[in-house]
Amino acid sequence: MSMPANPAATSAAAPPDHPSLDARRQRRAWLFLLPTLAVVAFIALYPLAQTFYLSFTNARLGTGEPASIIGAQNYVDLVQDSYFLDAVLLTVLFTVVTVLGELALGLGVALVVNSRFKGRSAVRAAMLIPWAIPTVISAQMWKWMYNDVYGVFNDLLVNQLGVLDRNVAFVADPAVSFWAVALIDVWKTTPFMALLLLAGLQLIPHDLYEAARVDGATALQQFTRITLPLLRPSMLVALIFRTLDALRVFDVFFVMFGNRPDMQTMATYAQQTLVSVSNIGYGSAISVALFLIIAVFIMIYLAVFRAEEA
Amino acid sequence: MDPTRQHDRRAWRTAALFLFVVGLCACRGDKSPPARENRPGAAATTAAAVSEAPGEKAIKAQPPAVPNAAEAKRYAGSKLKYYSEPVGVGAELDRVMIQQFQKDTGIEVTIIPRPKDATETYSVYQRLFQAQSGDIDVMMLDVIWPGAFAPNLVDLSEKLGEAAKQHIESIVQNNTVDGKLVAMPWFTDFGLLYYRTDLLEKYGYQKPPETWDELEQMAKKIQDGERAASPNFLGFVWQGKAYEGLTCNALEWIASHGGGAIIQEGKITVNNPEAQKALARARGWVGSISSAGVTSYEEEDARNAFQGGNAAFMRNWPYAYAAGNAERSPIKGKFAAGPLPHEPGQKSAGTIGGWQLAVSKFSPNKDAAIELVRYMTSPEAQRFRATSGSFLPTIRSVQQDPEVVKSLPFLASAKDIALVPRPSNSTGARYNEASIAFFQGVSQVLQGKDPKEALGQVEQRLTRALR
Repeated sequence: MSMPANPAATSAAAPPDHPSLDARRQRRAWLFLLPTLAVVAFIALYPLAQTFYLSFTNARLGTGEPASIIGAQNYVDLVQDSYFLDAVLLTVLFTVVTVLGELALGLGVALVVNSRFKGRSAVRAAMLIPWAIPTVISAQMWKWMYNDVYGVFNDLLVNQLGVLDRNVAFVADPAVSFWAVALIDVWKTTPFMALLLLAGLQLIPHDLYEAARVDGATALQQFTRITLPLLRPSMLVALIFRTLDALRVFDVFFVMFGNRPDMQTMATYAQQTLVSVSNIGYGSAISVALFLIIAVFIMIYLAVFRAEEA
Repeated sequence: MDPTRQHDRRAWRTAALFLFVVGLCACRGDKSPPARENRPGAAATTAAAVSEAPGEKAIKAQPPAVPNAAEAKRYAGSKLKYYSEPVGVGAELDRVMIQQFQKDTGIEVTIIPRPKDATETYSVYQRLFQAQSGDIDVMMLDVIWPGAFAPNLVDLSEKLGEAAKQHIESIVQNNTVDGKLVAMPWFTDFGLLYYRTDLLEKYGYQKPPETWDELEQMAKKIQDGERAASPNFLGFVWQGKAYEGLTCNALEWIASHGGGAIIQEGKITVNNPEAQKALARARGWVGSISSAGVTSYEEEDARNAFQGGNAAFMRNWPYAYAAGNAERSPIKGKFAAGPLPHEPGQKSAGTIGGWQLAVSKFSPNKDAAIELVRYMTSPEAQRFRATSGSFLPTIRSVQQDPEVVKSLPFLASAKDIALVPRPSNSTGARYNEASIAFFQGVSQVLQGKDPKEALGQVEQRLTRALR
């Protein structure tokens, strides 16, 4: 009998070994969580553990020989691999540049869209278009616009406006290709940033601004004293999302540059090693390193977040 | 607000949502494959939409009837998946020939355009084979792949061994692994220099460049002159993107500078002074006689520039010859092709390319698949592909056919070219890794890195790939 008909009787009969209400609730909570945990374990923990294990082997596709454990050799190779180190630097630089750019632009867009004007909802919807286009498609689109011979940018800058005297190979020229790809990412994800910040802006009570106006605060003072401090929690969330996304960036670089060595991110380098070279062991080590680097960023943010809340 | 109107609107919304869901179900329910005729065209749009060169849709000639139709009809109704040419003239030829094959034999063939980039095609096959997938029946194999994929391919010697005897022996040898004929030669390739005869004449040159220095001077002079009228005119275009094509280009530069092959008799010889000199020269082209954008060019990008009349010289494979002479091509009759330049005292080099057709061991319709290969590699088909697409036949008698000789005049100069193989013999299944190491190093030089340092790194990576 698991469910006694008379709770009073049972509690009287066995008060010491009967769990308290709190403990029972907790057990029930775990019971409800169990399916979710099982799914998470299956789709996240298991592959992660598998990748971790493979990173200590020399597994390869298409060899026929079985994989054997080679200890930390892959990691030793990794820290000496200049291509990997270049990829880490490039990815971190890309993350800093694009996330800051998106934050500044996104804030501007959110402030504009938050103010009242005619056709506001249409603008809000239109603003999301870059975010709605799949990245492979928008990257290809931009690649065409960037083309050095028939691209629209060169046509505009050289023929229409006359700003430049000759065509620029945006995708190929090492001096500009980083900025070209950063611009695509900023264009694409500013709407996402703006959306998150807009949600934060709408949480700020209007009477604060009214009070400020009564006290004679200027618009700039209202922005720095009210808007910015109250927006900080939303900003932090948006920054975390974007930073993690940017560190994992793959598609836009893959479409734009393929295997070009000076334009490889951590994710494209891992993909190249895993898929094109079929070196599963080394590729797994790269993936684990990528995971650890992202984990470091998460911890930094969480520390900031905690300090913020305290 | 009028409450009935509110009601109305809600009803509308519900109806719209309902229609949307019904529409979704209808779309999902439609499992019939898309019309086959549209497949290659649709997939080819990535490259073709912006850069479709005029004239290449016009394959006027009728593909040959299927000589083995009687045999093949026994498998009528089988369904095949064929990993075919992705873009350009080759895709167009595939389309018309497959139509002919279906009409004559009743075997249904779905054309699946392989990835444009050979490095990616290789990894797609590797994954399909690893999964023992039956989703692939007939496939194109680069000349360097039979060794790596042999365990997953059908031995064709029983059914096609007799036919293989007509083909050039060295290629058949290349496709024979452990005594098994794993792929049939389809067409062969080597790098050529294309040049605009009208422009050479205009600027007072009697003959095409023989040395790299001559090429550089001529390209510079023509480029400077032509830029007055068309500001984007280029002296020399080639394949500079970091992919398999760059490996082929760089092998030619190095060999024609006397730097040898990058791996000789199992030893890595890539880091030598001649190779460094060759790469330094190529780096000098970027931004001068070639645009800075050349480091993102594949074959079709180079061909579009050349065929559009925007370049004086081009390094490319033989297929570009027929494309350039197509009906509406702006350079029709104004160009020729011959051996690539070399350093004084060295020989012209041409990297050996070429593609084979093979049948997957995991194919559920091996017999029908073999009949398709038999048709596509038959003398009739090779003749058709040579005259309509300038794909070099692998059958000697077809190479000597007067019609073919007329449409491939550059074949006569082939004897002056030292053919350079890619190092697939030494690398075996690690070919992709070795090639990536090499072309990435070359790519870094093109982006400005010191050749000696870059080749040192390539050497290290090759050593690791081969260990």
